Amino acid sequence: MKKWELSRLQELFEAIAAQEPLYIPTDVSGQPTFALWQPGMALTRELNTVRSAKDLFFPQVEELVKFKVEGKKIQVLDPQVQIRDQVVFGVRACDARSFDILDSVFLAEPADTYYRDRRAHTTVMTLACTHPEESCFCTSLGIDPQAPGGDVSCWIEGEALYLNANTPKGQALLSRLPLDEGEKPEADRSVFDRLPLKDLDLTRFGEKKLLDWFHSPKWGELSQSCLGCGTCTFVCPTCQCYDIRDFDTGHGVQRFRCWDSCMYSDFTMMAHGTNRPTQLERFRQRFMHKLVYYPADHGGQVGCVGCGRCLRKCPISMNIVKVARALGEEEV
Amino acid sequence: MQERVIEKAAQLLESGACARVLGWKTGEFFYDVTPAVFTSAQQVRQEMVFSPFCGANLSKYLIAESRKEGKVGVFLKPCDSFSFVQLQKEHRILRENVYAVGVQCQGMSDIEALKALGLRGITAVQAEEDRLTVSTLYGEKTVALEEALSLRCRSCKSRALHDCDELIGDQGRDLDTDRFGEVARLEAMSPEERFAFWRSQLSKCIRCNACRNVCPACSCEKCVFDDPNSGVQNKAAADPFEEDLFHIIRAFHVAGRCTDCGECTRVCPQHIPLHLLNRKLIKDMNALYGPYQAGSDFDSKPPMLTFTQEDPEASIITEGRGIQ
Repeated sequence: MKKWELSRLQELFEAIAAQEPLYIPTDVSGQPTFALWQPGMALTRELNTVRSAKDLFFPQVEELVKFKVEGKKIQVLDPQVQIRDQVVFGVRACDARSFDILDSVFLAEPADTYYRDRRAHTTVMTLACTHPEESCFCTSLGIDPQAPGGDVSCWIEGEALYLNANTPKGQALLSRLPLDEGEKPEADRSVFDRLPLKDLDLTRFGEKKLLDWFHSPKWGELSQSCLGCGTCTFVCPTCQCYDIRDFDTGHGVQRFRCWDSCMYSDFTMMAHGTNRPTQLERFRQRFMHKLVYYPADHGGQVGCVGCGRCLRKCPISMNIVKVARALGEEEV
Repeated sequence: MQERVIEKAAQLLESGACARVLGWKTGEFFYDVTPAVFTSAQQVRQEMVFSPFCGANLSKYLIAESRKEGKVGVFLKPCDSFSFVQLQKEHRILRENVYAVGVQCQGMSDIEALKALGLRGITAVQAEEDRLTVSTLYGEKTVALEEALSLRCRSCKSRALHDCDELIGDQGRDLDTDRFGEVARLEAMSPEERFAFWRSQLSKCIRCNACRNVCPACSCEKCVFDDPNSGVQNKAAADPFEEDLFHIIRAFHVAGRCTDCGECTRVCPQHIPLHLLNRKLIKDMNALYGPYQAGSDFDSKPPMLTFTQEDPEASIITEGRGIQ
């Protein structure tokens, strides 16, 4: 295991950034977010960023292709920039697990080349949690917040940062840094046993009862005050839906994709014109996807990583925990 | 207060006076209260809550709820009651289908205010006089009650309850708090500083539309920005400046109708002080056309819908920096 003095963290960032662009969670206008490190930029003191780390691989908006029209000539242009190797530091265990879920969607054949290229060129340095929030429930999903994955796992203990490479990519990065050797002390885990949501069970919504869950009378009550905004989907590390649109520039077309939200009225609207007509169906889709459909397709893996962002950010405080509890009440 | 509100809700349902009641429902924690429709007294007694964490303004739900079968009961705090009146003025609520219970309020607390104090892992609060004992995963801390106050309640405009069928607590009156201090601070900036301020704030926007969807003044059945046929559907911004435009246009669109309830800022996941845009317009309208408070009465004409020969022709072009 490698070690670095915490008081010299900026020097470590500098050493990494000298080789590759480095992203760290920092406060921008008061809100924690992943940003390109620049000299003096400090790690946020918040546990997690408002938006998840998925932005690095699946940005909110990106251009896919350009068409340039001149008379009867159409030129097809590839706006994809050459992705450079980059490093992201400070990804929490929950977000690191979300990459597995996103991979299963974007890297399944035919792979999404935009996502794949960013993923392949990024070295992920995770950071173990020591001070979880009351809204954290990753442990209930089998995630160990003190043993986060990624290419390099990092721990802050006392006055030092400890680093351990998990992959050849991680090893390559660490070998290029002037790190000391060190063994991290055993950490106190007791706070994780006191988490209010540690016993939550999100894994019991098997596909056998898919139609029962789908037709549960609870959906009406659960969705009745949903505002239909996209907050939960946009802060969620595992939400992966997008829309592809053409923007008419007057002399051509810019085809872009952007995050979409199943909470929106025109989500998956197609020629037949009969997408989900009310908020009940939209709301149900989001939770059925996370708790039932995704696990059914992926060996029981739940489409949630327990980061707690939706618990903290939903304007009406409705979230996956409340849904799971309410659906559980009737035990269909 | 909690007991009186719950008893009233239960009574409205038991007596048959209301078919359903709009209130607030308990959550996993003490602070994650959800607006909810209750249909039985039993459900009310089990799940309804009225605590300092019931910040959500229920007025907008009445647009849909008042159009359903039977009467709906609703609990309104003073600031919510301004939205209630304003929505009626705009003919969005069927008043005859609503039984409005006004609830006096001493200011709502906000979990975000506690987090802003650096408290983490908050599991419980206990109020004693003017102190609040906060239990966290990392120990207890006592803070002043006013430190837990929601941002908007720190500049509460009024404790007067408007157009309620009955009151729980006393009728209040307008307050003389400093609502425009922050706006004046922004006005005093140079245009470059002000531009930088708003760019830094609005560039955080993730376009989740929470501000618009919660806003009682944004009550269009279908927003042009959601409508694929409008030609201006705006699911993604072509450049970062479009986020600024979205919020500025929205502020102009609700000018004269915004009651300054503060829901936009409360729900913003990125803590953008959106209410300052609305307050700037309110301040300007007050200065140009005389004091006006949206939602305070049924008769006054909103300044943006009235024209007189004496109206000033204020212009940011001729006057450079606009109205001071």
